[in-house]
Amino acid sequence: MSLLTVEGLTVALPPGGDRPHAVEDISLTVDPGEILCIVGESGSGKSITANAVMGLLPGGLPVRAGHIRFEGQDLLALGPDAMRRLRGARLAMIFQEPMTALNPLMRVGDQVAEALRVHGAGGDAARRVPELLAAVNLPDPAAIARSHPFRLSGGQRQRVMIAMALALEPTLLIADEPTTALDVTTQMQILRLVREIQSRRGTGVMFITHDFGVVAEIADCVAVMQHGRIVEQGSARAVLDRPQHPYTRALIAAVPHGASGLVAPAPSAAEPVLRVAGLRKTYRRGGGWFGQRVEVPAVQDADFTLVHGETLGVVGESGSGKSTLARCVVKLVEPESGSISFHGKDLRPLSRSAWKPYRQKIQMIFQDPFASLNPRRKVGETIAEGPITHGLPRAAALERARDLLRLVQLDPGAMDRYPHEFSGGQRQRIGIARALALEPELLIADEPVSALDVSVQAQVLALLADIRGRLGLTMLFITHDLRVAAQVCDRVAVMQRGVIVEQGSTMQVFSAPRHPYTQQLLDSIPGRGWTPPDLTEAA
Amino acid sequence: MDLTKLPGFLLRRGLKALIVVLAIVICNFLLVHAAPGDPASVIAGQSGAADPVFLEQLRRQFGLDRPLYVQLWIYLKSVLTLDLGFSHRQQMSVASLILERLPATLLLTGVAFAFALAGGVTLGALAARRVGRWADSFITVLALTFYATPLFWVGLMLVLVFSVWLDWLPSFGMGSVGVDLQGVEVVLDVAKHLLLPALTLGLFYLAVYARLTRATMLEVADQDFVKTARAKGVPEGRILRAHVLRNALLPVITFAGIQAGQLLGGSILVETVFAWPGIGRLAFEALLARDYPVLLGVFFCTSVMVVLFNLLTDLLYVVVDPRVEAAG
Repeated sequence: MSLLTVEGLTVALPPGGDRPHAVEDISLTVDPGEILCIVGESGSGKSITANAVMGLLPGGLPVRAGHIRFEGQDLLALGPDAMRRLRGARLAMIFQEPMTALNPLMRVGDQVAEALRVHGAGGDAARRVPELLAAVNLPDPAAIARSHPFRLSGGQRQRVMIAMALALEPTLLIADEPTTALDVTTQMQILRLVREIQSRRGTGVMFITHDFGVVAEIADCVAVMQHGRIVEQGSARAVLDRPQHPYTRALIAAVPHGASGLVAPAPSAAEPVLRVAGLRKTYRRGGGWFGQRVEVPAVQDADFTLVHGETLGVVGESGSGKSTLARCVVKLVEPESGSISFHGKDLRPLSRSAWKPYRQKIQMIFQDPFASLNPRRKVGETIAEGPITHGLPRAAALERARDLLRLVQLDPGAMDRYPHEFSGGQRQRIGIARALALEPELLIADEPVSALDVSVQAQVLALLADIRGRLGLTMLFITHDLRVAAQVCDRVAVMQRGVIVEQGSTMQVFSAPRHPYTQQLLDSIPGRGWTPPDLTEAA
Repeated sequence: MDLTKLPGFLLRRGLKALIVVLAIVICNFLLVHAAPGDPASVIAGQSGAADPVFLEQLRRQFGLDRPLYVQLWIYLKSVLTLDLGFSHRQQMSVASLILERLPATLLLTGVAFAFALAGGVTLGALAARRVGRWADSFITVLALTFYATPLFWVGLMLVLVFSVWLDWLPSFGMGSVGVDLQGVEVVLDVAKHLLLPALTLGLFYLAVYARLTRATMLEVADQDFVKTARAKGVPEGRILRAHVLRNALLPVITFAGIQAGQLLGGSILVETVFAWPGIGRLAFEALLARDYPVLLGVFFCTSVMVVLFNLLTDLLYVVVDPRVEAAG
């Protein structure tokens, strides 16, 4: 018998939403010892499904129809208290955001012990907590148990969450995007941990993700969701290699697959556009009257060059200094030494006003399309602001904004609307249009697609490639996603703890990495054993 | 937190506090001397003998004829030796005047503070728990009313209702006059006198705490770790107490630290309305009489209190919130 059976589950959305139901007619099963991956883009209803099983749906989302049967009992028929007794004991859940999922004021050990205590197993907490922390491969469990969450890294916190979820040996573990907020090497460790624990104990796992690489890495079965419905379901091999539904095919086709679709321009022997040498930036914190200063070297002796028409990718994990490096180039951050030569002119010592002419030539696209546009300004104004500041008449600037919106494939009617009226992908297009408004030579893109769903990500990347080809742009492309880097960059530089450890052509770095850290990064790409089927003709 | 860091933390903060107090003492001195009129002219005016010779004599007696920086230097030296000077009007040393009045003020403000904090947090937590229902609306409206009503008006209305109409509670003073009371009776008598002024002083802050607690609890209730607790199967009551309320109290502590400093200042009005024999009234009387040494003494005393409360708040923060380092 199946561990969990969901039949015809329908959950309503509050009236006035873009669709009547959050999820509609969902049916799926999880067997003991099986990992079911639910894949879909944001808003597809995958988290709602998980929360419905846990009995954690917010008040505004009532279950309209269906059954959720778990170990033979109907969960939807249970009272709140009976459901509470199951949660944490028989059914457990881990969440996406390890940084906020633990109570900041409580010691980690106490939080794990609480899971035991509320189910009447608090007696042997002193013995069990270190055991549990050791079981998720945390070093020095006794010391970790005494720590507060802020002392731990994201990966360590996610391990604590897993230890907590597994404290009472539940038969079903629900994991809601548990590795999305983690670095790629940490992600791989957590995925292995989930796999290992699940096979050792025979736990059934419902694993929610948006990443087909992760699916390829751990799934036994897959359910693909779109607009609140399951559009395709089957064994992992079948869905990954022979997707049937058009949506699944589109999603898989959108997965960045390493092979660069671009023809790399022949590196011209000409004078480089940008030459960065010996760049250093150290962040200093603390001090005060009697305090001690803390120094964090963010970028150390960075050297690289960019020739005309080339895209250089800077890849690395969070905290590696890649964003600081990008910000140094546009003087959003002031480096303390080194040189930044743009067409042979060192920009670093220039004052703000002397820098101004170069602002036009070097433009930046930011990561978060939700935060990087002023919510109180119309889109047209935002795009035209730069050219107007640099002396273009208002009418001409607005005319250029209209053209640019067309270039980034948005309707020129978008001019008079506000950023909140657009989706994430559209906002990122607006961000690109804003950067292009000044007709830059050098474009710096800081994680431009990280906040986007995979299909939108593919569209934005295609747009960037198209514009780059048409306008002959030179690009510095910052990303944590190696698959994206492999797709768009001609050359890549790998950063680790502020240092560029390896640099070379994309092909060479990815196929024959020399530095151990690069090898480790490449080994950690989820689903690297899986080559997405070629669906380009069909899709 | 790491307890080994505590002595170093206290030492550093104590040193900083000392510098701050010294700066305040200098500011106070200059401010008081910037006000028009001096004690000599007030005394001369009151005794009806305002001839220049007498004035000059008084000024020389009080040391007011010397240059300002010499006066400041003399004052600083005496403050550093904890000698707050001598009140020529009251014919008493300032230190003993203040010490005589301080306990009354500390009692009043302490009770008002505890009442406001305990009552406010309880009401706020109740409102957050029953958000959107009638209990929440009732508490919110009540808090808003107290928040919006001026302090002196609340005081006068309380006197009107409980002293004049109902005749339950005395309206002024700290104890009954002309009765011989013993032991417990004294305590009860003071408590009866304390009730109205403490209520008046505390109601505004009670409202502030209730609103602050309610708002932060609702905010914290939306955070991820509350969902984690729910997913662990923690009962709702415990989620509220151990997870939501504890985190929601952090801003309340910050605000309580600010309030503790302000209470002494706010007590001037209440002490005047209820004829409470504390340092607030002492300061008020000293101001009218241009009694510089007393005024400066009270200022010194209250500023030390404020700095002390700030230090205490920071210390409490370090203990309650592990993320706050015991630095600087």
